[in-house]
Amino acid sequence: MSFVFYLLAALTVAGGLAAVLLKNTVHCALALTVAFAGLAFLYLNLDAQFAGFAQILVYIGAVAILVVFAILLTKGSETPKDGVFSKTWLAGLVVAAGVFAVLGWAVLQTAPMLPKATPAPAVTVGQIGNALVDRYVLPLEIVAVLLTVALIGAVIVAMHDKERTR
Amino acid sequence: MIDKLDQIFVLLRQWVVGFLPAGWQTAAGVLLSVVVIVAFFPALFALTVWMERKGLGRIQNRLGPNRVGPFGLLQPIADGIKSLTKEDIVPLSADAVVHLLAPLMLVVAVFMGFAVLPMGRNMVLVDMDAGLLFFFAMGASTEVAVFMAGWSSRNKYSLLGAMRAVAQMISYEVVLLLSSVVVVMITGSLSLTKIVEAQNQYTWGLPHWYIFTPWGLAGFVMYSIAATAETNRSPFDLPEGESELVAGYHTEYSGFKFALFFLGEYLAMFSISGMGATLFLGGWSAPFSFLGWVPSWIWFFSKLMVSIVVFIWMRGTLPRLRQDQLMNFAWKFILPLCLLNLFVAALWRFMGEGWLRWVVCSAILFVAYVALGRIEMRSEHFGPRRYRYAE
Amino acid sequence: MTPLAGFLLVAALLFSIGLAGALTRRNAILVLIGIELMLNAANLNLIAFWRYGPHPELLTGMMFAIVSIAVAAAEAAVGLGLVISIHRHAHTTDLDQMNRMKG
Repeated sequence: MSFVFYLLAALTVAGGLAAVLLKNTVHCALALTVAFAGLAFLYLNLDAQFAGFAQILVYIGAVAILVVFAILLTKGSETPKDGVFSKTWLAGLVVAAGVFAVLGWAVLQTAPMLPKATPAPAVTVGQIGNALVDRYVLPLEIVAVLLTVALIGAVIVAMHDKERTR
Repeated sequence: MIDKLDQIFVLLRQWVVGFLPAGWQTAAGVLLSVVVIVAFFPALFALTVWMERKGLGRIQNRLGPNRVGPFGLLQPIADGIKSLTKEDIVPLSADAVVHLLAPLMLVVAVFMGFAVLPMGRNMVLVDMDAGLLFFFAMGASTEVAVFMAGWSSRNKYSLLGAMRAVAQMISYEVVLLLSSVVVVMITGSLSLTKIVEAQNQYTWGLPHWYIFTPWGLAGFVMYSIAATAETNRSPFDLPEGESELVAGYHTEYSGFKFALFFLGEYLAMFSISGMGATLFLGGWSAPFSFLGWVPSWIWFFSKLMVSIVVFIWMRGTLPRLRQDQLMNFAWKFILPLCLLNLFVAALWRFMGEGWLRWVVCSAILFVAYVALGRIEMRSEHFGPRRYRYAE
Repeated sequence: MTPLAGFLLVAALLFSIGLAGALTRRNAILVLIGIELMLNAANLNLIAFWRYGPHPELLTGMMFAIVSIAVAAAEAAVGLGLVISIHRHAHTTDLDQMNRMKG
């Protein structure tokens, strides 16, 4: 396991931990951005260049900005008086720890059976494009419809309804 | 001899790197190129700052700076010394860590964009298969940096400026991407070197630059508008408009951090102009085939400087757009035209050679532009003013 | 430990961190942040299996991850629109206070 992988994994996990533990909501959103960046570099480490750049473009360039705008529009940057963790935080922590235990045990049990290091697949963007309209055209079209529906839905949900209550 | 001049930087790099043992040569070559880019573009930035101040001054019927050196040529150096020696004030209630990281993140993201620009024949730092996607990914990272700058200052004007800047950058990012996708569609590759190679052919002495096709001209105009908005230049500089928002998201920055923001803005302008030159103006290829003996990097940098001069000219000439006018313009006017441009480019590709495709494509684009313009002019957002006082 | 097992463990860790965040924080937006972390961890899993799996030339893992990125972006948009709408109505985003059907 290379040094680069350990560094990137540490960066991503640190970003994730900061994103759920910090008090200030905007700091959480920025730590989430760091986690996204770490994940993008992990994808680049896995020779998935298109996925890595798409991750930066979509997640850091759009989703992080969306989260930050939502925080600012809902006055989330003020710290609440009762603390930031819910009353039932222990149950949540136990559940999450249990999930990690199960997943980690599954990975470590089957570790000898997993494929060893294989040479990097030479995937060009042209092949991805061809695959998108050849083998995966149905997912492409469904995602297009989904994005249109989500766009219209998000605008309608977040719209001011002053007109309707007249 | 001409070939040697064309490849002079590549040969210089090979010669310098040849002094090192064989295992270190590629890494040292890349490092050397990185150092040259990091040193050269800020020098170009200094020249551009001088050009801008003199140019704007002349457009506004006054001389620019003319005291510091002959024709004020040492003014950027004086500005640099001033910004380095000014006190670095951080407001007491500002978020110090984020306040420091914002200009750093901006400058890093902007510098990364230079890695994929082909500045001459064989002169790309990293010849990536998905080069264009990488460039836009780095452009998208600058939005987070702008927001961080505005929010961490804990200043209403900064936050307002940052929100406006981010909203503007997101809207025009879509336009930027769509107008570049046309070029990718016709070339068939996201790699910038292949895009330049596809434009490096000549018919009767004229080049095959994409700007000389109907969809290419429309794409180039839309790309330039989106590029002006992405880098927050006039007429889209409401986020940093001095008369409305003090200085927008970099109000609370002083000294070297402000210089970093300034540097980041101009470097973003360079890299986006370089990308525009690569996509639509043929990159490093010469305008006429008989001029092919001039080194390729001279053509690239000439096109870059012409774009910068046009940016400066636009700044001095056009009035600023209001925020809602700006957003309406992006979403209601340019975006439909961009989508139509994609359709027209596809039509161009499948119509076959001949005069018919020129006529049909130009006609579709022209009619759509005029029709959309007329429809929008009737709405109150784009049309002539019908009120006396702004609401 | 194979490289694949390393990536899977990182993905599992990120997933449980996201789950812990979604289950323990009060602010609705932080729950959405936790959900985004979980989706990203699943994406990492997909790409890791694509890379080290038997048929990387079929691009199945990469396609799934790209579609997942698009779906996550759409879901974040709708979710955050909902949070904004709730804030406008209840003037708070505190999930501990939204434990009634009335209002």
